[in-house]
Amino acid sequence: MISVRDLRKHYQVHKRPPGLLAALRSVFHRTYTTVRAVDGISFDIRPGERVGFLGPNGAGKTTTLKVLSGLLHPSGGEVRVDGHVPRHREDAFLKKIMLVMGQKQQLLWDLPPSETFALNRAIYDVPRAQYKQTLDELVTLLELEELISKPTRQLSLGERMKCELAAALIHRPKVLFLDEPTIGLDVSMQVTMRDFIKSYNERHGATLILTSHYMDDVAALCPRVIVIDKGQLSYDGSLEALVQRVRPEKRVVLRLERSVEEGRLAALGKVVLHDSGTAVLQVPQESVNGTVTRALSSLPVMDLTVENAPLEEVMSELFAESKARRQARGA
Amino acid sequence: MSLRGTLRALPTMMRVGLSEGIAYRAEMLIWVLSTTMPFIMMALWTAVAREAPVKGYDSPRLVGYFLAVFVVRQMTGAWAAWQMNYEVKQGTLAMRLLRPISPLWSYATENLGVVPVRLVVVVPVVLLSMYLVGPELAAPRTWWGWVFFLVSLVGGWLISFLANVAIGTMSLYMESSTKLMDVWLALFFVASGYLYPVQSMPEGVQALVGWLPFRYQLGLPVELMTNARDFGEALELLGRQWMWVGLLLALTVVLWKRGLKRFGAYGG
Repeated sequence: MISVRDLRKHYQVHKRPPGLLAALRSVFHRTYTTVRAVDGISFDIRPGERVGFLGPNGAGKTTTLKVLSGLLHPSGGEVRVDGHVPRHREDAFLKKIMLVMGQKQQLLWDLPPSETFALNRAIYDVPRAQYKQTLDELVTLLELEELISKPTRQLSLGERMKCELAAALIHRPKVLFLDEPTIGLDVSMQVTMRDFIKSYNERHGATLILTSHYMDDVAALCPRVIVIDKGQLSYDGSLEALVQRVRPEKRVVLRLERSVEEGRLAALGKVVLHDSGTAVLQVPQESVNGTVTRALSSLPVMDLTVENAPLEEVMSELFAESKARRQARGA
Repeated sequence: MSLRGTLRALPTMMRVGLSEGIAYRAEMLIWVLSTTMPFIMMALWTAVAREAPVKGYDSPRLVGYFLAVFVVRQMTGAWAAWQMNYEVKQGTLAMRLLRPISPLWSYATENLGVVPVRLVVVVPVVLLSMYLVGPELAAPRTWWGWVFFLVSLVGGWLISFLANVAIGTMSLYMESSTKLMDVWLALFFVASGYLYPVQSMPEGVQALVGWLPFRYQLGLPVELMTNARDFGEALELLGRQWMWVGLLLALTVVLWKRGLKRFGAYGG
């Protein structure tokens, strides 16, 4: 469905120091530097796959999505989406894709979302019967009934995002590019959005690429992740394997009947968190069984769970590793 | 999008453009107030013409002329250059580019959508003009006069719109192109017949202005609305107007296609 080979996107950026003198100097002489937003990444995505793009700010995730959706012309490399070269922006291609950017909107600000839906029906040339069916489905699943006739400016952020998503799906795209779709939403709205996106993928077999700084989004939606850092691909594989690679240790979470001394916990594993009613221990995977047995026999345990390290920590450790490697190379 | 598909989408796009125009009615009325310069010029020039007609323009003709200027300006106004500058800078042009229809069609329908709203102001002014100076100086008096006037009105709008889009597209090449629009507007005020009739200019200046696009944005439709041209002159001037439409269309398409490769789609 999506094939990317040695994709590069470099920008020339005008740089000048602050101050009036520098501003005047820049009238006559400008200094440019090349920013390598994406620098030679390759990957393939199969039809119906759900893939998470991860990386720190400025890693090149959004730039890659913009190239894949035809908004940016790449500086080099080859990109194909369902047989189309995105930068040609053929109608057939644009009718197959959608890009939702959490920080940009297509809804008409002073008109109700229903007007944007009608506009998209006309622009995407969606037959009226299909439009009605799709709209009914979206209204039901996203609970939009009360929202679509209010002016967009009067909707809350979460309500607006649901309508944005609906507007982007009126033409039933086969490829969904979602750039921070849940940014700024409260937890329950994030869950609603995630559930809906997953069910759309399952019902229509759509391919999905998601970027998000909320690791819960990635964990819930993307069995596969691609990690991009400084424009280069640093990992491509399952989320599970990534966690195993970066943080092979497991976490044993204990709910305790009463407070225990830290020394007793330290004897079982590395204490990550300890308060009166809870303790979290980090232990090597092979020691989990032993630790659990000893904890149950020696501590006043009410409840016990074994978990992976939180994804946020895994990612932060991964990015720190990459940064350290780059610094070592630079030195 | 194919031409047939575009034509199918246009009625809905126009309807949504009109809905936006109605939503922004207060803003539109403020814009209308900012275009009352023809009334000031009318007062000025009729005072001058009280002494003696100015190159054949006596007071009633000047009243008819400047009321027509107001009407034509309302019907041919466009603001795509500012819209495009904003959208290129903010990166929101991206949302238009994702749709399978050229953003130029969207800008066109949004700019055209407000025309019916402006009729609320235009119709009373036309009626006032008919009452003050009589139908002879307020509206075309022959069938060909009406056809030529309407064609020139479409041509005038197209020149305004395409100039806006060409200049707006320049924001893909430079950091901001709104200053270019200011230069265009300055030339428009001087050479379009907005502040004084083109026919009142010295012969040499008239000849020069006759080859510039500005008078075809406004002056020509006004002259045809007020019956200031005979059939032959009108036909020749319409030819020149549509030549400018063709030139600006070609320029716009070339600038747009090349400019898109430079689009940075900045922001989130």
